[in-house]
Amino acid sequence: MGLKQRKTEETIFKVLMVSACIVVSSSLFLIVGTIVAKGLPYLTWDMVSKVPKGGFYIGKEGGVLNAIIGSLYLAGGATVLGLIISIPISVYLNIYLKSGSPLSKSAKLAYDVLFGIPSIVYGAFAFSIMIWLGVRASLLGGVIAVTLLIIPILVRTLDEVITTVPKELKHAALSLGATRWEAAKVVLRQIRPGIYTAILLAFGRGIGDVASVLFTAGFSDNIPKYIDEPAATLPLAIFFQLGSPIPEVQGRAYASALILTIIILIIVVVSHFLGAKQAKHKI
Amino acid sequence: MLILSIASVSFVFLIGAGLYWRAAPLFEQHTLLSLLRTSEWAPSSGKFGFYPFIMGTLWVTFIAIVVALPLCLLTSIYLTEYSKSSIRKIILPLVNILAGIPPVIYGVWGIFFVVPLVREYAAPNFMEHSSGYTVLTGGVVLAVMIFPILVSIVSEVLRTIPKELKDASLSLGATKWETIKKVVFKRALPGIVAATVLAVSRAFGETIAVLMVCGNVPIAPTSVFDGGYPLPALIANNFGEMMSIPLYDSALMLAALLLFVIIFLFNLVSRIILNRIEHKYS
Amino acid sequence: MTQHPLISVRNLNVHIDGHHILKNVNINIPDKSVTSIIGPSGCGKTTLLKTFNRLLDDTANVRVTGSVLVDDEDIYAPHAEVTHIRKKMGLLSQRPYPLPMSIYDNVAYGPRIHGVRKKSELDAIVEKQLKDTGLWDEVKDRLHGPAAKLSIGQQQRLCLARGLAVEPEIILGDESTSALDPISTHKIEDLFVRLKEHYTIVLVTHILRQARRISDYIIFVYLGEIVEFGPTEEVLLNPKEELTRQYVKGFIS
Repeated sequence: MGLKQRKTEETIFKVLMVSACIVVSSSLFLIVGTIVAKGLPYLTWDMVSKVPKGGFYIGKEGGVLNAIIGSLYLAGGATVLGLIISIPISVYLNIYLKSGSPLSKSAKLAYDVLFGIPSIVYGAFAFSIMIWLGVRASLLGGVIAVTLLIIPILVRTLDEVITTVPKELKHAALSLGATRWEAAKVVLRQIRPGIYTAILLAFGRGIGDVASVLFTAGFSDNIPKYIDEPAATLPLAIFFQLGSPIPEVQGRAYASALILTIIILIIVVVSHFLGAKQAKHKI
Repeated sequence: MLILSIASVSFVFLIGAGLYWRAAPLFEQHTLLSLLRTSEWAPSSGKFGFYPFIMGTLWVTFIAIVVALPLCLLTSIYLTEYSKSSIRKIILPLVNILAGIPPVIYGVWGIFFVVPLVREYAAPNFMEHSSGYTVLTGGVVLAVMIFPILVSIVSEVLRTIPKELKDASLSLGATKWETIKKVVFKRALPGIVAATVLAVSRAFGETIAVLMVCGNVPIAPTSVFDGGYPLPALIANNFGEMMSIPLYDSALMLAALLLFVIIFLFNLVSRIILNRIEHKYS
Repeated sequence: MTQHPLISVRNLNVHIDGHHILKNVNINIPDKSVTSIIGPSGCGKTTLLKTFNRLLDDTANVRVTGSVLVDDEDIYAPHAEVTHIRKKMGLLSQRPYPLPMSIYDNVAYGPRIHGVRKKSELDAIVEKQLKDTGLWDEVKDRLHGPAAKLSIGQQQRLCLARGLAVEPEIILGDESTSALDPISTHKIEDLFVRLKEHYTIVLVTHILRQARRISDYIIFVYLGEIVEFGPTEEVLLNPKEELTRQYVKGFIS
């Protein structure tokens, strides 16, 4: 192949590469743009402060406050529960166990796999548990499902952050006579921004997921007052109301989509800053 | 804490076992092979042919990979080998934001952007009449959902290739592109395979976004413009009725079990490959 | 005994990341001989080497002014064809970097890129280069096996064979024996001495004994500047500059 042909081939591919890059990076703006375009007209004060009047599927008035609060309760509860379970597990795997122990390796592999399991499987499984325990579709059911879903996310993210702490830090604490738990606290303090990032990531996943809450959380026009009442969630609000023939109901779906997107974008921006802060504190 | 950790490893098997237990009644009446091969889906008459749904899942996933893989490979190569580092620092995080967007939002985008596109531009170009709710649409939406996985892992793999190896090729008079084609690509191949496997397993399990744009027609697709009905959508759509018809719940649990096993295997394989690479070159 | 200079460097200045790495370099590298570049670490020896085949282009934030004439053509001229220039130079790095392919394909890589297609031609090239570098007998039965399975010494000789296959005029070595055991080092040094009959060889080394053993000329670089240049024995045993004298003091004792 002559030199000219070789250079031409390179130029062709360069053009292709830049085009591919443009396509990939603009897809984010396309998506957000579409959501904003559809949702903005319906984003009124009423929408975020009232519950739907006359039934969520046919009622023309009111807003999506039920879904907003329901989602916040659900994702918040699941995140707290998830943290309570995940932090001890991560600490145990990384700090208590000797590095490279077979239990820690197989546990990490197990969590990687659990991370990849689709949320619908978690939903189905949680539903089975609910039947077994006699729990009906409610806030509690949703919390169970979402907690199961986000535990692998929390463990994996915490894991990644904890391993950035050099083991000399743990050794330093231990050689000063600290117990393993005290050494653990030192390490955790070091990675505090990273922990916040993990929380945000899990919360974001929990609040936006449909499949896990589809048959576990139920749906309702009202804000749940007790944990065994069905709860509305933003993703389901979108899912159920999108197909309605009534424009006002559709509008609630669009607005929910926009609100959900805004929440997610806020989470992304904040966790980005926290990530930068974490990097700054690295020894 | 020890108990919790051990519990979680066994959790994986617990899920599989639980699903199998709920799906078991189905096996009393049909063999696994017949369930997977037959096409008739009429739960009230006791007919559970999973074939159309398996096909639906395969079609959608295949389209997603065909669309996403070339785009992401080209993008990753561009970002790691050709672009200024300032561009890469902006675009990589941008692409990763896509990973955080909830699937239901992708579904909404799919309905209002991709469906009309397929209906008004793509299908008429091929002389086909389509509602726009097709496996093509599902594939395109899925493709965008797996952009972040492919781009971030492939970029990371490319970054670990030692400069001296590329220098060796360059000093023999090869162009940068030739170096990438013949040396870099070969070295990065296991990582690219692992990334693809992970992306496939993500695409397999995606429920909501695909459900919203696929048409949900329980017939195996014969063209990209046909509607489809992937396995996850099957589970999600019918959960409400499943308790009222005998064996329906077992069938859906079987669907969940199938998904679980396939994704489990894919994930395992790809993690092992990725671990091996990291180990070899660190 | 001045030989016609093959590489002529005029007023070369190199800035990397804002730091002035090479300052006003003016030097002529004589043809068909071995020239060693010596000096303390971090003084710009490798940078100087990389300006010869423009491998420096691949580093970010690099600014090069001045000219480097190879065969009386400035390789930094605006329209100079880089791949053509690089073909003229073979580069041997510190650690061997066999390409991820078979032994045969490694040697054939260069010729293939530049258009050689016929199997018989490629076979001949591979055999010649492997013989010239003394590898033929050791690998002739596993030409299509992976290059990665060779020992480090063998890999480095393979890289040399690979570089020679594109018929360069100049061979550049960047501390190319520092990762090798003494026997392999010896083999490579012998190769350089044999090859200088047909090629111009420029080596960066921090082993003064090696420089003395094999080079005809020595360039002493300190903090980015050429301090001294001349025939080996002169520079090492009777240096003109005080700095040079300080540096080689340990060697002469």
